[in-house]
Amino acid sequence: MTGFTGTLRLVRLALRRDRIVLLAWILGMAGFLAATTALFDDNYTTHPELLGPDTQIVVENPGMRVLGLVTGASVGAYTLHRDALTLAVLAAMMSVLAVVRHTRQAEELGRQEMLAAGVVGRYASLTAAVIVALAADTGLAVMLGLAMAVTGQALAGSLVGGASIALVGVAFTGVAAVTSQLASTARGAIGFAGATLGVSFMFVALGNMLGTVDSAALRVSSAWPAWLSPIGWGQQMRPFADNLWWPVALGGIVTAMLFGLALVLIDRRDVGRGIWPERRGAAHASPALLSPTGLVWRLQRGVLLGWAIGMVGFGLIFGALSDRIQGLEGAATEWYETFGGDADLLGAYWASMMQIAGMAVAIYVVSLLLRLRHDEAQGTLEPLLGTAVSRLRWLGAYAANALVGATSLMLLYAAAMSLAGGQALGGTASLLGDLVGAALVQLPAIGVLGAAVVTVVMVLPRWSVGLSWLLVVFCVFVGPMFGPSLGLPSWLSDLSPFSRVPNAPAVAISYGPVLGLVVTSVVLGLAGALALRRRDLSLPA
Amino acid sequence: MLEIEDVNLRDAAEEEVVSVSAIAVSGLVKDFGSGTRALDGLDLRVETGEVHGFLGPNGSGKTTTIRVLLGVLRADAGKVAVLDGDPWRDAVALHRRLAYVPGEVNLWPNLTGGEVIDLLADLRGGLDPVRREDLLERFKLDPTKKIRAYSKGNRQKVALVAAFASDVELYLLDEPTSGLDPLMEAVFQEVVQDLRAAGRSILLSSHILSEVEALCDRVTIIRAGRAAESGTFEELRHLTRTSVVVDTVRPIEAVTRWTGVHDAHVHDGHAEFSVDAGELNPVLQRLVGLQVRSMTTSPPTLEELFLRHYGEDGSTPDRTGSSGVVGSR
Repeated sequence: MTGFTGTLRLVRLALRRDRIVLLAWILGMAGFLAATTALFDDNYTTHPELLGPDTQIVVENPGMRVLGLVTGASVGAYTLHRDALTLAVLAAMMSVLAVVRHTRQAEELGRQEMLAAGVVGRYASLTAAVIVALAADTGLAVMLGLAMAVTGQALAGSLVGGASIALVGVAFTGVAAVTSQLASTARGAIGFAGATLGVSFMFVALGNMLGTVDSAALRVSSAWPAWLSPIGWGQQMRPFADNLWWPVALGGIVTAMLFGLALVLIDRRDVGRGIWPERRGAAHASPALLSPTGLVWRLQRGVLLGWAIGMVGFGLIFGALSDRIQGLEGAATEWYETFGGDADLLGAYWASMMQIAGMAVAIYVVSLLLRLRHDEAQGTLEPLLGTAVSRLRWLGAYAANALVGATSLMLLYAAAMSLAGGQALGGTASLLGDLVGAALVQLPAIGVLGAAVVTVVMVLPRWSVGLSWLLVVFCVFVGPMFGPSLGLPSWLSDLSPFSRVPNAPAVAISYGPVLGLVVTSVVLGLAGALALRRRDLSLPA
Repeated sequence: MLEIEDVNLRDAAEEEVVSVSAIAVSGLVKDFGSGTRALDGLDLRVETGEVHGFLGPNGSGKTTTIRVLLGVLRADAGKVAVLDGDPWRDAVALHRRLAYVPGEVNLWPNLTGGEVIDLLADLRGGLDPVRREDLLERFKLDPTKKIRAYSKGNRQKVALVAAFASDVELYLLDEPTSGLDPLMEAVFQEVVQDLRAAGRSILLSSHILSEVEALCDRVTIIRAGRAAESGTFEELRHLTRTSVVVDTVRPIEAVTRWTGVHDAHVHDGHAEFSVDAGELNPVLQRLVGLQVRSMTTSPPTLEELFLRHYGEDGSTPDRTGSSGVVGSR
């Protein structure tokens, strides 16, 4: 077993390096869960009669089942439904980043070479990374459980709930162990694991939407695709109802198999290289690359392609389910009426699906615009500005790519939804026009968030990454999807640009708020540009 | 401000230059907030058509100076002119006329070397394809590899080829040969010699003394954000101490107390010491009085010169009363 020599020392090194980061992830997620649990608990203590009908909406409405499952009426289960997807994605990312940080990234930065030169086995780094990630997941399970328990939820259900989310982290620890061997860069390993997460989400969403509903028991039996997804395994633990523990074993077995596969792959590759070879490229730049806009396009086109595939996939799924919405009755229809749907249940469904897509695309835009900070902090901005490229042209290149990317993602989504929706409802051609309008009307809100990120990057460069993501989380959570059900005051939820987007196609587009959003984004963008012109660049020393 | 006492030498050198200086910096100050003063009244002048060495210990402000010249950082005080323009205000226009090689080469990991060369040169206003091929050949660089697959030296070559493939008036090179092997270092020197022959101006920041000595017409030594010395090598040598080894008939013990004599070791009519340039004549006269039996003198090496400036106490050599102080404070 000399391959594992030194593992424990590397575990200590990794824990020393990550002690703040992992603690921040875990406490941040637990704090978020505790806060939302307290809000819902407060709400349903005041209005206990609402819990049953609200749960019924979530159970009966396929659109709501995208976010997760609820079994039985309880505050804990209802809260977890609202938070589960966010927390599951965060748990997966925490684990993926931890594994990649100590494996592929260490190789990329040349640190692995220093370690491998010592008395350290071939498998030690990967094993240490996996141990640290699993330890973090275990801590996360406990802290999430405690977060719900201290806010008054049943202890058994709380612990199962915490474990159901941490289980996603466990599974993606295994996924990252494999992608770190396949890709030759940290970015590639994270991207491939992220794509796996997207596919997992797609499977669980599809499985839950197609599931069979038992309205009396407030229970959904998921269709088979949900069982293909690690996110689904966690949901099948059914916290606060069945409190099942055996899906943990399912996740554990799959993770162990993935870890074993990763060990096999380590034996088949050189340190510093992935299983997928580094390809050679063009000796000359194509004319399309020879501008800042072309450069940015080139740097993010792979990411955009991944997003495009995801948006088309979800567009098709959500569109195809349109006919199920048409048959809805009872409590679920009330939820859509908050979208101004009135009799037009389908319109309200599409409006809510468009808003989800708008928030998703906003995440793409923010991650793209944060590359502005990356360029500056990593120093790739210096050679660029050393040529006859002005700072504003650099910023403009990103703005152009963000605009084109966001517009095409929204249009692809609308087109896919129209196509599948038209098929499901028997060929409604006019759907395309309605949905394209509803998709485009999201862009000004996305623009406000993007322009705010630009301002933050230019005014507070060192804090920009954390602040930007905080802003995204804030805008999503006080926004229309969550704000009303959290019982937030309207002045607070109106701070989110998404709250100001007209609920098209349920209601006609009113151009006043849209214009307001456009003006806001222009003002924020100009403020960022002005700050950029005046300040020093914060380049690496 | 920089004191130039040895005016005659300076003026003689400058009379031949008719056009404006490629770089003219005076009294440059750059603060990074919280009391960090990176540049503290720096003076730097690079004449058109000269290769100017820019030397100084780590952290003395070389990179900060070059970033101000590039308009990436803004000067807090002082005058800065690059190619007769303001590097902050006229950045884009000036960058069409200059090329830059950063000390730490950070490029886009997923682009190939060839693509980066084309991109940077094109954004500067175009490149000469024949020259590009010639440079790739001379630096033995494979342009089809991704940046992340290159070694440090090869990444440095990408930046060098990208800069030299453009025919511009001024080249700003910040420790451009760190990571190059000796063969490539020689190629680099050839290319710089070609550029000098073609009348281009070059600011070369470097730690490699042989490189500076082989290429540079004049040098500026920067210390703690100020110009400690500036001039040709001859001028700089002139300022420094000469090593003397001497045997005398009459006792020489008193030499340790003579003005301008340093580090004296005396043993039985044999003495080794160094002499300030300005005190050489009086010391020689006194030695003659002691009946010199044999004597060797050696000029200061560049290493000694620079080590004195790089060292902790090197910024203000105690040469009171010397006549040849250029730019010392």
